Order: sequence, then C-alpha cells, then structure tokens
Amino acid sequence: MLAFILRRLLQSALVLLSVALIAFAMFRFVGDPVNQLVSLDTPADQVRQIRQSLGLDDPVLVQFGRYVMNALRFDFGISYQFRQPVTALLAERAPATLELALVSALFSLVVGIPMGVYTALRRDGVLARLFQAVSLVGVSLPTFLIGILLIYLFAVQLGWLPSFGRGETVKLAGGWTTGLLTVSGLKALILPAVTLGLFQMTLIMRLVRAEMLEVLRTDYIRFARARGLTTRAVHFGHALKNTLVPVITIAGLQLGSIIAFAIITETVFQWPGMGVLFLKAVQNVDIPIMAAYLVMISGLFVIINLAVDLLYAAVDPRLRVTLKGA
Amino acid sequence: MTEPVLSVRDLTVEFVTRRGTLRAIDSVSFDIAPGEVLGVVGESGAGKSLTGTAVIGLLDPPGRIAGGEIRLSGRRIDDLPADEMRRIRGKRIGMVFQDPLTSLNPLYRVGDQLVETIMTHLPVGRDEARRRAIDLLAEVGIPAPERRIDGWPHEFSGGMRQRVVIALALCAEPDLVIADEPTTALDVSVQAQIIALLKRLCRERGTAVMLITHDMGVIAETADRVAVMYAGRIVEIGPVREVVKHPRHPYAQGLMGSIPALEESRERLQQIEGSMPRLAAIPKGCAFNPRCPHAFARCMVEKPVLLESGASRVACWLHDGTGLGEETAA
Amino acid sequence: MTDAAPAAKPVPLLVRIRESDMWHGFRSSPTTIVAALVTLVLTLGAVLAPWIAPTNPFDPAQVFLMNANIPPAWVQGGDPAFIFGTDDQGRDLYSAILYGMRVSLMIGVGGVLLAAAIGITLGLVAGYVGGRTDAIIMRIADVQLTFPAILIALLVDGVVHALLKGVPREQTVFGVLILSIGLAFWVQYARTIRGSTLVEKNKDYVQAARLVGLSTPVIMVRHILPNVIGPVLVILTINIGLAIITEATLSFLGVGLPPTQPSLGTLISIGNKYLFSGDWWIVAFPGFTLAAFVLAVNLLGDWLRDALNPRLR
Repeated sequence: MLAFILRRLLQSALVLLSVALIAFAMFRFVGDPVNQLVSLDTPADQVRQIRQSLGLDDPVLVQFGRYVMNALRFDFGISYQFRQPVTALLAERAPATLELALVSALFSLVVGIPMGVYTALRRDGVLARLFQAVSLVGVSLPTFLIGILLIYLFAVQLGWLPSFGRGETVKLAGGWTTGLLTVSGLKALILPAVTLGLFQMTLIMRLVRAEMLEVLRTDYIRFARARGLTTRAVHFGHALKNTLVPVITIAGLQLGSIIAFAIITETVFQWPGMGVLFLKAVQNVDIPIMAAYLVMISGLFVIINLAVDLLYAAVDPRLRVTLKGA
Repeated sequence: MTEPVLSVRDLTVEFVTRRGTLRAIDSVSFDIAPGEVLGVVGESGAGKSLTGTAVIGLLDPPGRIAGGEIRLSGRRIDDLPADEMRRIRGKRIGMVFQDPLTSLNPLYRVGDQLVETIMTHLPVGRDEARRRAIDLLAEVGIPAPERRIDGWPHEFSGGMRQRVVIALALCAEPDLVIADEPTTALDVSVQAQIIALLKRLCRERGTAVMLITHDMGVIAETADRVAVMYAGRIVEIGPVREVVKHPRHPYAQGLMGSIPALEESRERLQQIEGSMPRLAAIPKGCAFNPRCPHAFARCMVEKPVLLESGASRVACWLHDGTGLGEETAA
Repeated sequence: MTDAAPAAKPVPLLVRIRESDMWHGFRSSPTTIVAALVTLVLTLGAVLAPWIAPTNPFDPAQVFLMNANIPPAWVQGGDPAFIFGTDDQGRDLYSAILYGMRVSLMIGVGGVLLAAAIGITLGLVAGYVGGRTDAIIMRIADVQLTFPAILIALLVDGVVHALLKGVPREQTVFGVLILSIGLAFWVQYARTIRGSTLVEKNKDYVQAARLVGLSTPVIMVRHILPNVIGPVLVILTINIGLAIITEATLSFLGVGLPPTQPSLGTLISIGNKYLFSGDWWIVAFPGFTLAAFVLAVNLLGDWLRDALNPRLR
C-alpha cells in the first residue's frame, strides 16, 4: 500500500514537473519578461541590471530550477497587467471559483447518478428515453449557450434570479470570502452552478447508465436474482455498488475539469473567479498568470487523482489485496 | 407414484429478433421426482442451460416462454407474477452457475451474501442467519468457517468459491437445485470433490437436482436419469444405465461412443460428423437428419415425438415400431 | 431441383448497402434520418453562403449602421428585407448566420483534420517505433489528457498570439484557431492509432514487407495505415461537433474571431450583450443554429459508432 502511494506520488511529481517546464518555457520565451517591466526610455544599463536581478542571464537549467523552487513557495512572479503578485491575484479569486465548482460538482452527482440508475433500470420507459434525449441535447449544447438560455429565462423573463455576480459575500477567517451564507449569495450561485454542472451531470448520467447496464449483465447479478433476493436488493445493493466503483474515477476527473470549465461559466455570469482572471490574461498576453493557472490546475488534478486512487482502494477489496502485495 | 418436484410439459422458448423468431427450446417435456438427480446433456447451444434458466424464471428479453407449462410440486409457476416467482427462487429452487469466479459479487463479503440470502427467505434474525451461514460453510467443507465467513470472494480459490455458491444455493433448503455446468470452470482435481459434495448434500436433504453438463462421466456417476438434448429438443430420456449402455437415438449413440472411459472394447473413439444446426437453420423433420447415418424419408418431413422404447423414451422414427425404419434410405 | 449456387457471385455495392445492418439501423431510426437532413441542409447553407445569402456581412459597403437592431420580419417593427432581423451593426442576421456557419464549419473541420493528422502521425510512430519514442509521445498524451480541450485551446491561442505580436489579428486568427483545436484534440487519435498499430505490426504482412526490404515510412503509411484508419473516421465525426463548440466558445470568450469576421460564436457573443435590452433575436437565431448543427452531427456520430461497433452502445 505504501509502495503504491509512493509510486503514485512520484508519477504525480513527474507530471507536475513537466507542466512546470511548459509553464516556465511560456514564461521565459514567450515575450521577454523584462520588456513588460520597463518602458521604452529606460536606460540600457538599467535594463541590464533588471535582467541580472531577475536572473535571466543564468543558464536556462538554473532558471528552471529557480522557477520550480519559487513555484513550490507559491511564487509565480508579477502579473504584467496588474503589477501585483500572481499568487495574491489568484488567491483573492479562488474562493469564488472553488465554491462554484464544488456546488456544481455536487449538483452533477446528486442529479446525475439517480438519473443514470433510473435510465438503466427502466431502459425502455418513456421517462428514461426522455432523459436520454435530454442528455444528448445537454452534451451538444455549448456551456455558454446554456448559460445564456438560463439567464434569459430566469433573470430576464421571470426575474427570479440574478444574472451576474456573486451577490453578498461574507469574509471568513483566512481571507476566504463565501457567498454560501447570504440569501443573495445563494441565489446568485444557482444559475452559474447549474450551467457549469449540467454538462458533467449528463456525462455522469450516461456513464452510470452504461456501467449499470454492463453490471446488470454479469453473472453475480444473475446469481443474486437466482437466489431470490428482492429486486431492490439486487438493483440498489449489488448492482449499484459495483456500478459506482468505476464511476468514482471518471467522476473524480470530471470534478477537476469543472474548475477549468468554470472559465466559460464565469464569463457568462461575470463571476469574479480565477477563470475570468485567466481569460483576461489570455487576451492581454499576461504570461505569468497563464503559467501559474496552468500549474495550479495540474496541481489540483494531481491531488484529485491521488484522492480518487485512495478512494478506489477503499471501496474495492480486490485492489486492497493487490496493493498490499505491491 | 409420488408427485414430481418438477414437471415440465411442452416447454417452448423463443427469441424474438429483428430477423424473425428463433425457437431455442422446442416442446421439451420431463419430470424430476423428489430426491432424484436428472442429468441433462448435449452440445453447447443445445438448450440445456436455457431450459434451466426458463425453469427458474430468469429468461432475459428477447427470450420468452412461448408455450407449455412448468409445475413445481404440482403448482404452475411459469405464469406467476414476478414477485411470487422471486420468492420461489432461492427458497424452493436453488441454482448453481458454471463459473464460481464470477458468481459471487466481488464487493460483498462471503458472509454478507449468505446472511442476505437466508434472511430473504427464512424468518430469522441477523445473528441466527449468521450462525446458519457458518454451519453451512462448515457443511460444504470450508475450513475455519467462523473466520472465513468474513472473507472476500477473491480470497477463496475456485473450488472453495464453488462450495460457497453451493452453500448459497442450499441455504433455504430448496426442493430442487439446478446445477448449470457446476464443474466445467474448475480444475480437474477438484471437479470430483464438488460433484461428490453436491450429491451428498442433496441426498441428505432429499433435494432433487437438475444437473446440466456436457460431461458424460459426471452424468454416469451422479445421475439417476438422463435427458439428451439436441437443437432445443429432448431426443432421448431414460434411466442413466439404459441411456449410457444402450443408447437408442443415433445422436445419443454417437455421444456415448465418444466417451473413452465407458467403452473398453472399441479401438477408436466415435465422432459425429458435422455440427449442430444454428437456431435459424434447423432442418425440417428431425433436427438431426443431416448428420444421421440412418435418416430416411420420414425423418426429412415429420418431427419425431418421444416414443417408448424399453425403459427409455426416444424421439426417433427408427423406434416407431411400424417397421418403416427398415426401409432406410441408402 | 434448385441449384445450390455458392455465394461466390459478387453482390452489387448498392444491394450490399441496402441489405447492410448499417443501412437498416439508419432507415429504422427517424432521429438519425432527421439528423442527417439537418446536417445536410445546414452544411449546404454554409458552403453556398456567398450565393444564397441576401447580403455579404463581411462587406462594409453592404452594411448600414442605421439598420441596427431591427427585429425579425414577423415581429412588430420588423423589416421584410431582414427575415431574422439585424445585429448591432446593421448586418442581416440571416446572411450573418450563413457566413458565420461557413466560418465555424471551416475552422471546425480544419481543426479536426489537423488534430487527426497530428494524432495519426504520432500514433503510428509511437506504435511502430516503440521504445523511448513511444514512451515520450504517450506520456505527453497522458498529461495533456488531464486537461480539458478548451483549456489547451485557450493556452495555445494565448501563446501563439503572444509569439505573433505585431501581426494584425485578422490575418492570423483563422490559423491560430485551427492550430488551437488541432493541438487540443490530437490525443484521442494518437491513442487509437497506436493501439491498433501495436496489433497490426506483428501480423504477417508487416513482417513480409519488412523482409522484402521496404523502408519504415513506406511500411507505416502504405501498409499499416490503411488497416488502422477505420476507427478514426468515427472519432472524426464525433469530434467535428466538439470542434465547432470549441471554436464557438473561443469566439464567445473573445479570443476567437473578431466581430468583423463573425462565426456563430461571435454572433452569440454580440447578441448576449443585447439580451437585457430585449433584442433576443441576435442571440437566439445563431444560438439555435449552432445547437441544431452540433446536435445533428453528434446524433450522426452516435449512429455511426453504434453501427460500426455495437458493443460500445
């Protein structure tokens, strides 16, 4: 088990290192970082001094080492647009994105899994076919279009929910601002969370359905039925449990991509999160922010992956044994 | 004569597909007396397993019972509502599948699967169910059952798992066990043990067995009577000694001729030329006619019915007794 | 007696198609037929845009600002000259949608073809050469696979524009978008091709080609490629919908096509700004067209996948 975790950690470190390499290459070679810091009339020797102080004359490998060391201390340099440390900019906007992502993820799981189970069990039912059709539409509609549709319906036409912003937020310890504690904050969260979660929800629904259909064909389900267990015990005990094991992996990875997909949702709803910051960076060629965002997202993916692996081992007894042996 | 545990009359199973309706089981009839072991043999695809599946009511669509009836101790069960049939499965009819490696849910402890089954069918509490589960495991020959009951299926070997499967099939004391190729997936060394175990447990309890297999050796050793199936039909049924020693149907003769251990005098094992027809292309008349060395005109047009012949019954016009069989086409 | 003719007689192609499972699946599924029709009509509209569109929205001489924000023809205040109304710059929406679809389709198809070209090449090389080359290519693929395609496309877009600083955006935007989509979607092709290449390369005909002394590139392209290309066609179909969504998303986010060369995504982005003032049509018609097109292509892709490999269902 320990060996397994160690191997996983090593793999994760390698992934992070290669992402850091890309981030560093962007940072170092796409546009001269010095040019962003000086104006046209800065004297040449002052420019040279800045180059030196930034360490840009050192060998590339040394520079990369420095970049990685700084990244480990969450130092990603200064934003070209805002002239502020990138880390501070990201940290300020992280709560908005993370809350949005978390609520969307919950929404997609809580709705997607039951819908998948239902459509698998009632394969030919009218409602199941309807769910299937709706899910296909959900996969085909671009996120931003869904967002616009929801805004038009619930904000413009019905006026029930706000169409932009986070509503009122409350400051918590550690500088974390939350919109989950005020009515306006919660109301503001509904539309973006649904928009962001809808795609993942349909994906999870289709995945659960496919997996469940597969499980229902297995021998142990046939044997469970042959033993006269109630339909409920067979479907929601045996079949569901086996269905959810592989679903954990993919759902976990989906949660990771929710954070990246938040870029679109945040733009539609003018949500003050990291996604909007990243988009602005892309538009204005603010490389330090782009690089930092890339590293941060991959870091999140690595953590989620690790968590999923451990969860997997906790759920599946077969894996526990192979891990013990490893 | 005592009432049979299982009585199947003219059972017909069909699969409705886009290309038409396929008849997988064609008017099959047989009885199993209490405590009796009926062997069902035939090539794969002959409809043996499907017969067992139909009896226990687990046919999956597009398969369906298209005709005939199934009676359990005189009560008709093929038309029962789903939930009533569910109560019969496991309680009155137990089932053992072919592959013990896939029969047990890998995510449930062995004991939980036993306790769950016992509590579904018997009015006992969890503690009592667990006690019974341990007794059962001991009875099927699992060493240290009070410890192994909390093990996971993957911690058991194939043979041990099949013992657990047998315990699961017998845990509500059914009147009939359908064992579908119970040893095919096992090592040769443990096959005999599992068959002996199954036989002993069923004899002790007076449980009847429908033993589906293609292994004639197992049949000869275990069964009281044997039914030979071919292309969805029973071609011969009778006491095991009769069918093995004096098979009457040409197919059964070929089948028995292919058993090495039972025939000492023959220099060469027989084999039957050709292969069983696909469901979509079962010939008119006797399904065996393209491969039968004795086929004559009547076999091509008229489907043979089961005819008395000595202690057996056989579906072959050679045994019609009208003498028509003599004019065998050259 | 009937002559038991062996099935050696060649069956005409049309008959073979008519009796195939695929055609049957197509015929018996009304959804698929509708999807095919929608795809066909919209594709034709996009391809023929310059000939069937009433005006050319890219031509400033044909656009008048005083025509801005006219509602659709059947709504009060509508003008019969503009069936679907006009956008904020006075462009005829119907024409803009036709041209926009043309742009979306060109970039989508271009991007997918580029992705396929990259993926097939790398997959073939990885599978056939093996060893360290294989390890490096597939590790890159693995790492990239953890990121959503839209993020990759955004990054590529940002980096390339940074590298091309000084060149007017109008000149580079097509190429950059196609490159972004190509780099975002190549992994799936590479993995599929590599998998089948690994199987094929041990077959006798490859050994034979090697013994005859054919060079590695010839063996890869002339012998292996034709045998592994099949599944790629399915991915290609399914990916076109995705690529069009990606292009629309990039344009909506403001890093794709500028308002002067609108794609469907750009039009929706423009329309989104006027949603609150009640000018719903600017977003509604491009949005509906985009959704219908992607849905139709996805339905066709699903059908194709099921028809070619029923087990994937």
